[in-house]
Amino acid sequence: MEKIPILRLGSFLLVSIQVDMHDRLALALQDDLTAKIVEHRARGVLIDISSVEIVDSFMGRMLANIASMARILDAETVVVGMQPSVAITLVELGLSLPGIRTALNVDRGMELLRATRESEEPAVGG
Amino acid sequence: MAETTLGAIIDSHENDLLNEWMRQQVESLERRRDLISEAELRTDSRSLLTVLKEALAASSSQDLASAQWSKTRDLLVDLSRRRAVQGFSPTETATFVFSLKQPLFDQIAQTTNDPKLVTELLWNATTLLDKLGLITTEAFVKTREGVIARQQQEMLELSTPVVELWDGVLALPLIGTLDSSRTQIVMQNLLEAIVAKAAIIAIIDITGVPTVDTLVAQHLLKTVAAARLMGAECIISGIRPQIAQTIIHLGVDLGNVITKATLADAFRVSLKQLGLIVAKA
Amino acid sequence: MVEETHELALRTNEDVVQVRQSVRTAAVQIGFNIVDQTKIVTAASELARNTVVHGGGGRARIEIVRDTTKAGLRLTFEDHGPGIRDIDQAMRDGFTTGNGLGLGLGGAKRLANEFSIDSKPGEGTRVSIARWKV
Repeated sequence: MEKIPILRLGSFLLVSIQVDMHDRLALALQDDLTAKIVEHRARGVLIDISSVEIVDSFMGRMLANIASMARILDAETVVVGMQPSVAITLVELGLSLPGIRTALNVDRGMELLRATRESEEPAVGG
Repeated sequence: MAETTLGAIIDSHENDLLNEWMRQQVESLERRRDLISEAELRTDSRSLLTVLKEALAASSSQDLASAQWSKTRDLLVDLSRRRAVQGFSPTETATFVFSLKQPLFDQIAQTTNDPKLVTELLWNATTLLDKLGLITTEAFVKTREGVIARQQQEMLELSTPVVELWDGVLALPLIGTLDSSRTQIVMQNLLEAIVAKAAIIAIIDITGVPTVDTLVAQHLLKTVAAARLMGAECIISGIRPQIAQTIIHLGVDLGNVITKATLADAFRVSLKQLGLIVAKA
Repeated sequence: MVEETHELALRTNEDVVQVRQSVRTAAVQIGFNIVDQTKIVTAASELARNTVVHGGGGRARIEIVRDTTKAGLRLTFEDHGPGIRDIDQAMRDGFTTGNGLGLGLGGAKRLANEFSIDSKPGEGTRVSIARWKV
């Protein structure tokens, strides 16, 4: 069965969703991510949806689940690359993706993750 | 009798008709020698006579929508376009078609003495050429409408440019009245620009917008929400007192959208948000 | 009036993917712009998933409709599942995370120009939406 690849970028993980997701694939992704966050002690997860043309409530729940799960494991999640027509449709749907932060692309997403991390670390003086 | 239909007359006397028609056109004061050469005029005239002859050979029906007349219609539509490009007015192009009446009437009069037949043939000829002339006028109108539609589209795109004020800061100065469909297009352009320029902040300035109705206000708010979902923030600037009142009266909830009185204020806020300061050199 | 009809079975999640693709193709054929395409395909995705997950499986019908003034897409989702007891409540359910129902009916309605629902507990549910090209 196809799996969604998870890349490691330093202390962050990057997932690029390229295909039409269905239940089994989504569950497999959540399992994989959990394992990898622990394995690499990742501090952040970037989910790239720039190739995703349809985000429905199922996809919304999946993203929310991933964010919740990652938070429990002390990793922050940022969803990047949302297409304008997807954003417009979500607004019309009334789906607001609560608790999920977004950025325009991977670079900005990483900036966001680093800024969050820095604000959490105790200040190092000297 | 083969001689006494319009189609037969054109068929038997095609060359004579062409020569006489050309002679009359060349002599006419409305010739427009400056726009078209005699050779080209002759080609056009011959082509029209040919398709007329063929169409009338099929039947004497003057139902120009039917298949037998399709070649004639195509020829006239093409003629109309070419003439328009050459600079002829639609009346001049139609007159070209009507000018065939005189040589045709002359030929009909020469062909038969029977007054009833003459009348019938003249009537058929005149109604036919009237309809053909109108085809050229209609084609002209359709072409003009196409040009207008294209120009409107271009104006729409030109009138709502998205401007990059700084790395990551976009401005969309809206000018003029906004209707629902224009607003939707403009907002889509803004969201695409946000992606293309990776803008963190987009300033929508409505200083140049005289009035805002509920639908437009809702589109604005939906755009702000969509931009936020994508990871960018929007600031609405240039809300004039009248518009502010309208928004309150309409009960539109601006929620937590940042609003600023002027584009300059919005830009100042954007720089601050990006952690930038402006210093003297 | 109905120019083309496609019927698809809705039994598995792969079928939901198939419905999305078929609706997308039909939407492109009618000439919807990208935003309207996204809206109608997303609505279809919601309703198709409902049919599979809550309706015990059923079928989808995609109709390309054309009359003298407009062209559009009509989608119908039918199942013989448990049905919905309180339709008003179902329309108001939001997109809850976790185990909530999140039926998405209200959302699908907002994404379409026309919406109708017919449901009897114990018999099944039929939802129909339509979107017209401006």
